[in-house]
Amino acid sequence: MRIHLNSVFVDSQVKALDFYTNVLGFVKKHDVPLGEPSEENRWLTVVSPENPEGAELLLEPSGHPAVGPYREALADDGIPATQFAVDDVHAEYKRLRELGVRFTQEPLEMGPVTTAVLDDTCGNLIQIMHEG
Amino acid sequence: MSDELFKALADPTRRKILDELSERSGQTLFEICARLVSKHAVSMSRQAISQHLAVLETAGLVESRREGRQKFHHMNPAPLRHITERWLRPDERKSSP
Repeated sequence: MRIHLNSVFVDSQVKALDFYTNVLGFVKKHDVPLGEPSEENRWLTVVSPENPEGAELLLEPSGHPAVGPYREALADDGIPATQFAVDDVHAEYKRLRELGVRFTQEPLEMGPVTTAVLDDTCGNLIQIMHEG
Repeated sequence: MSDELFKALADPTRRKILDELSERSGQTLFEICARLVSKHAVSMSRQAISQHLAVLETAGLVESRREGRQKFHHMNPAPLRHITERWLRPDERKSSP
């Protein structure tokens, strides 16, 4: 058994695809229309260009009524929806800040890991981390 | 006011929260919990930390404000003046309980 897919609920798939590819730097892997309106009802996944055959991230529509309160409660307390690994949190923080990304937690050394938390503009907080 | 102030300061976890907020102003609950566990080995539930923050807010030592979808916490050291005015500068003293 392998971990193949993780998902984040996004306010808009159009906006999320832009942020996750053009800002974060992932690449689109699957894009299958599933309903109407077609641009907001897709099986839409991205992967890391460093590992195109690796785990996919599903950018999932957030229309289910349970999604709103769940995500609001997490966002209120500053809790990330998921986490991505980077080579250097400080360098990534600088790069993304220059692209206008808002961070809710600046780089923080937590023993063996360094973390930071950013706003994906689609309703989620994302933690980035490196070890060592 | 002063009862709440002394009660808030009586707890070591609450003093650590103030230490962390004075180091960096404007933290989410998530960051406060992360700092407590990684720097002070405080193993406490998020709900417990949230309750400690509520006690600090009641005492006026912590203020929170919303920015976007998040709630950020800041330290307000102003109530600590009650302590210095009471014992270190008694000439400015007002009657305190």
